Amino acid sequence: MTATTDASPPSLLTSGQQSASRKLRNHLATACILATVLIALIPLYFVIAFVVRKGGSTFGWSFLTQDPPIIDQLSGGGMFPAIVGTLIITAGATIMAVPLGILGAIYLNEYGQHSRLARVLRFLSEIMLGVPSIVMGLFIFTVITLHFKTLNGFAGSLALACLILPIVIRTSEEMLHLVPDELREGSYALGSRRVRTIRTVVLPNAAPGIVSGSLLAVARAAGETAPLLFVIGTVTSANHNLFSGPNTTLSVQIFHGATSPFVGAQNRAYAAALTLVLLTFVFTGLARLVTTIYARRSTAGA
Amino acid sequence: MDTTRLQDTSVAAATVAPVLTRPPAAQSTATGNGTETGERQIVFELSDVEVSYHGATAVRGVNLQVAAREITAFIGPSGCGKTTVLRSLNRMHDITPGARVEGRISYHGEDLYAAKVDVAEVRRRIGMVFQKPNPFPKSIHDNIAYGPRINGRRRGEIGDLVESALRRAALWDEVKDKLKQTALGLSGGQQQRLCIARALAVEPDVVLMDEPCSALDPIATARIEDLMQELKHDYTLVIVTHNMQQAARASDRTAFFTAEADEAGRRVGALVEFDRTEQLFTQPSDERTEGYISGRFG
Repeated sequence: MTATTDASPPSLLTSGQQSASRKLRNHLATACILATVLIALIPLYFVIAFVVRKGGSTFGWSFLTQDPPIIDQLSGGGMFPAIVGTLIITAGATIMAVPLGILGAIYLNEYGQHSRLARVLRFLSEIMLGVPSIVMGLFIFTVITLHFKTLNGFAGSLALACLILPIVIRTSEEMLHLVPDELREGSYALGSRRVRTIRTVVLPNAAPGIVSGSLLAVARAAGETAPLLFVIGTVTSANHNLFSGPNTTLSVQIFHGATSPFVGAQNRAYAAALTLVLLTFVFTGLARLVTTIYARRSTAGA
Repeated sequence: MDTTRLQDTSVAAATVAPVLTRPPAAQSTATGNGTETGERQIVFELSDVEVSYHGATAVRGVNLQVAAREITAFIGPSGCGKTTVLRSLNRMHDITPGARVEGRISYHGEDLYAAKVDVAEVRRRIGMVFQKPNPFPKSIHDNIAYGPRINGRRRGEIGDLVESALRRAALWDEVKDKLKQTALGLSGGQQQRLCIARALAVEPDVVLMDEPCSALDPIATARIEDLMQELKHDYTLVIVTHNMQQAARASDRTAFFTAEADEAGRRVGALVEFDRTEQLFTQPSDERTEGYISGRFG
């Protein structure tokens, strides 16, 4: 970079003209990369700014703790039932899908590898990854809701679990694959058995990545609307029971409010959107914190 | 090796069968058994060993004996199968998909590949140090404690085991004040000695070393070579190296491998010559060995 500043005597280490054009191209490329990053950030900025501006006035402590009014025309009220619903339905989906997905990934990467069964499972999981979320909802609707003739939060959890299971499998397998084989060999060479090696060497190394991947999947589940629309129904007072009675979530409430002709309902939808963004943010932050502490502990070896 | 000997060793295998299934503490009695040839006690006996990957032979026709408390070196050009043979000695090929070991490998007279053998016990008795230092991303202490822990040593013993393993690997003085720090902060040479200490902490009988110095600078290499001479008093060492000087300096016996085209034109490794190191380097009996050690090829 500084090589061109000294013009005389002729330097042995510069190539004159070439380095000037290289410098220019370097600046151009840097500017392009910076521009693409900024362009990618623009939608993020507008989404957040828009949600804060439109929902900020309705949002507040009472919004988080009150029930919505019975009819859409009224303004005021809150989203307490939807917050409860989002938390328990997403938690239900997480409890079902994340451990199962991680175990599946462990099978695929550590046991199955290139076996026929593993290849078939991997292929099926990839197909499942491509299934649109509303189709998952329809599947649960026909298999569960029509069969038991009842709307409840658990059906929603099942639909979301089906939706995120392949995501968890895919990201976890990818993370397990990144653990160097030298570490596995090091463990085997000390007389460790496979289960022990996976538990004490492979998983701790892959944990931060697995947590991040699972978290993205959970955040996706928390924001999904389509699979829930016709399996959980709706309520205007909090239903703490996942397994019985209709329920509701923030995403479904946003859909209802935003498609309503009444200003009160629309404002509640914006505030609900803000709540959902904040909720996702808080959980992402918490999970990051847990991962960092876990990673530090396993490297420092406390 | 003739057939009567083969039968002898299989009879011996029946009597010393528990060697590979016995709990860690009792190993001193096991080393008293096995087959003796004069003063030298034979640890490994390989007869007609052939290793293949997915049906393609990598190395074949390996017949050699590894004696206790000696350093046996495997040398030869790249692709000659020396590492492949080394990895068959602690059954590391079991975790390589498609790998197959044929022929007979006995350990203290016992068939290493018999169905009843416990692979974890094999690897506990026969430790391994790899080409690239591979410390776990844990603290120095936990790296050494890993082996004793998985082998069920009590919490109270672990501190002493860690210290003695680090002392034997000549690393204690450098790390005694930072046992809780991550092992990844050590230099390459220190990491490799850490890996040696980690292998020693499970109290093995044999330590296999797969090109342990190839990623290290000459000073670190010299330290590891000194260490090997120390370890020789208590352990049987088998090292793979492509550094002939290292084999000549450090080992008692040397096996020279080379790769040659078979009938189908594929390159297959084979053992050419196995002898006392001094003999092999000064008066090789095979012209291929002579060619290699005098630098004509490889």
